[in-house]
Amino acid sequence: MADEPLVLGIETSCDETGVGVVRGTTLLADAVASSVDEHARFGGVVPEVASRAHLEAMVPTIDRALKEAGVSARDLDGIAVTAGPGLAGALLVGVSAAKAYAYALGKPLYGVNHLASHICVDQLEHGPLPEPTMALLVSGGHSSLLLAPDITADVRPLGATIDDAAGEAFDKIARVLQLGFPGGPVIDRLAREGDPKAINFPRGLTGPRDAAYDFSFSGLKTAVARWIEAKRKAGEEVPVRDVAASFQEAVVDVLTRKAIRACKDEGVDHLMIGGGVAANSRLRALAQERCDDAGIILRVPRPKLCTDNGAMVAALGAEMVKRNRPASDWDLSADSSLPVTDPHVPGTGGGHGHGHGHTHDHDHVHELSKDNLYS
Amino acid sequence: MLLLAVDTATPAVTVALHDGESVLAESNQVDARRHGELLLPSVDKVLAEAGVKLEAVTGIVVGVGPGPYTGLRVGLVTASTFAAVLGVPVHGLCTLDGLAYAAGAAGIEGPFTVATDARRKEVYWARYEDPRTRVGEPAVDRPADIAEQVAGLPAVGQGALLYPDVFTDARPPEHQSAAALAALAAERIAAGLEFLPPTPLYLRRPDAQVPKNYKVVTPK
Ligand SMILES: [Zn+2]
Repeated sequence: MADEPLVLGIETSCDETGVGVVRGTTLLADAVASSVDEHARFGGVVPEVASRAHLEAMVPTIDRALKEAGVSARDLDGIAVTAGPGLAGALLVGVSAAKAYAYALGKPLYGVNHLASHICVDQLEHGPLPEPTMALLVSGGHSSLLLAPDITADVRPLGATIDDAAGEAFDKIARVLQLGFPGGPVIDRLAREGDPKAINFPRGLTGPRDAAYDFSFSGLKTAVARWIEAKRKAGEEVPVRDVAASFQEAVVDVLTRKAIRACKDEGVDHLMIGGGVAANSRLRALAQERCDDAGIILRVPRPKLCTDNGAMVAALGAEMVKRNRPASDWDLSADSSLPVTDPHVPGTGGGHGHGHGHTHDHDHVHELSKDNLYS
Repeated sequence: MLLLAVDTATPAVTVALHDGESVLAESNQVDARRHGELLLPSVDKVLAEAGVKLEAVTGIVVGVGPGPYTGLRVGLVTASTFAAVLGVPVHGLCTLDGLAYAAGAAGIEGPFTVATDARRKEVYWARYEDPRTRVGEPAVDRPADIAEQVAGLPAVGQGALLYPDVFTDARPPEHQSAAALAALAAERIAAGLEFLPPTPLYLRRPDAQVPKNYKVVTPK
């Protein structure tokens, strides 16, 4: 197979319809249509609104990506798509489109994992991933520490949030402060003018007996809300910038502390940070500082590649093609709870002609996710 | 003319290939939870059975609903994507019109009702003057609320079977067939009639509520 495969990737796991095109580890196009504005008045992503928007945006976004990349669909070596995890109905639009696209073009189809894609996207920014890579993934949907000896075949979860995702905490605090949705960018902006040491908010799960790599942001969220309410009750003005800075500091302090510890414990000298929260300027700065102190090389892609996008899916798809991983079958499912340990969903080879029998048993996962496939 | 027709707006996952005169091959499965998994293999099977490559298709026909959204979108995005790659037109038809056309082939002539399951104790429905003539736009309603409007009429579709108190004269077909949809499309193309765009007839808004604002800020 081609050393630098040309792959188109489709991502529809949440509210962004993303289509990217890459050649090997080179980014050629990254087209995104977002429905975030439609969700803003609901204060969070509404799955049905997202699914409707994906359907409308799908074909135009594919066309835009190909045009931007300046390549012909006929020259593609494969089509990759997020098979999960994510919102079931939203995933299904992308998976169905990818299948139809691959089938009509006679190209192999690769159903890939959304989380592994968030890690692999850094190849487009900083070249091939070191093996192993430690990855901290933080967004509105996930907060995980993952060790990836081989991004196409071996991804190990070390820890994850036990309640809210980091991005969710930003959204909720923004709501308490009446700053709108999504909360990440506005809190980041206000925090720059505030004092991160003004209020000492709790650092969740950092006690000596707590799980070393798990996260918890629910207690922090409640503590911040209580603090604000107390101020309001006392008739005092809420120092929004200081609250934003102190809250943000509590989040990024825990995230970076645990990520560095995982690197040290596992003897890994590279840390990759991805997901929408990786766009946070304080997270990037503190991670850099702490990595420098620990002799760890930090890799964070540019903000546009950190949020959900099609290029990350294409990046992982290209790696699948390059390493001769088996393609997926035409009956590929959208799997809302695809485990992080499955970087992709290989086919059994039946009727597709690309696989070679390497398969995992996914049935147990499907049973869990089928119930919410229909609205 | 070589039409590939798909419809996933109802529990049926149905695919057919039609050459303008007759159905060359078809696949019909009923599984409300697996539209996403079943559709592409069905297309592959139908094309293989007819010994035709997808590139030979001159138009895509798709049922645009109404239907439960998640399944409905599978057929629509598949049809649109095929059409975009092949550079052929995609012809949208109301799913209920396909059932009405099939009802005609099964022998119904006069006024009748088509009803499919809309879940939440509702049906998607429309009245027909004859198998090719719908009266008004399709709607979604509780069966009891439309009892008067459909009283005494034969009714086809799974919705009729689910609510026998309202639809007292249920007749076949129960399920949508892409073969009927394709035959109807072939007829309409030959007659130079218009089609619907390949966009879904949802008939309902997304369930979403604007959250109440957090406590009002106290200072002036
Ligand atoms: Zn993500």
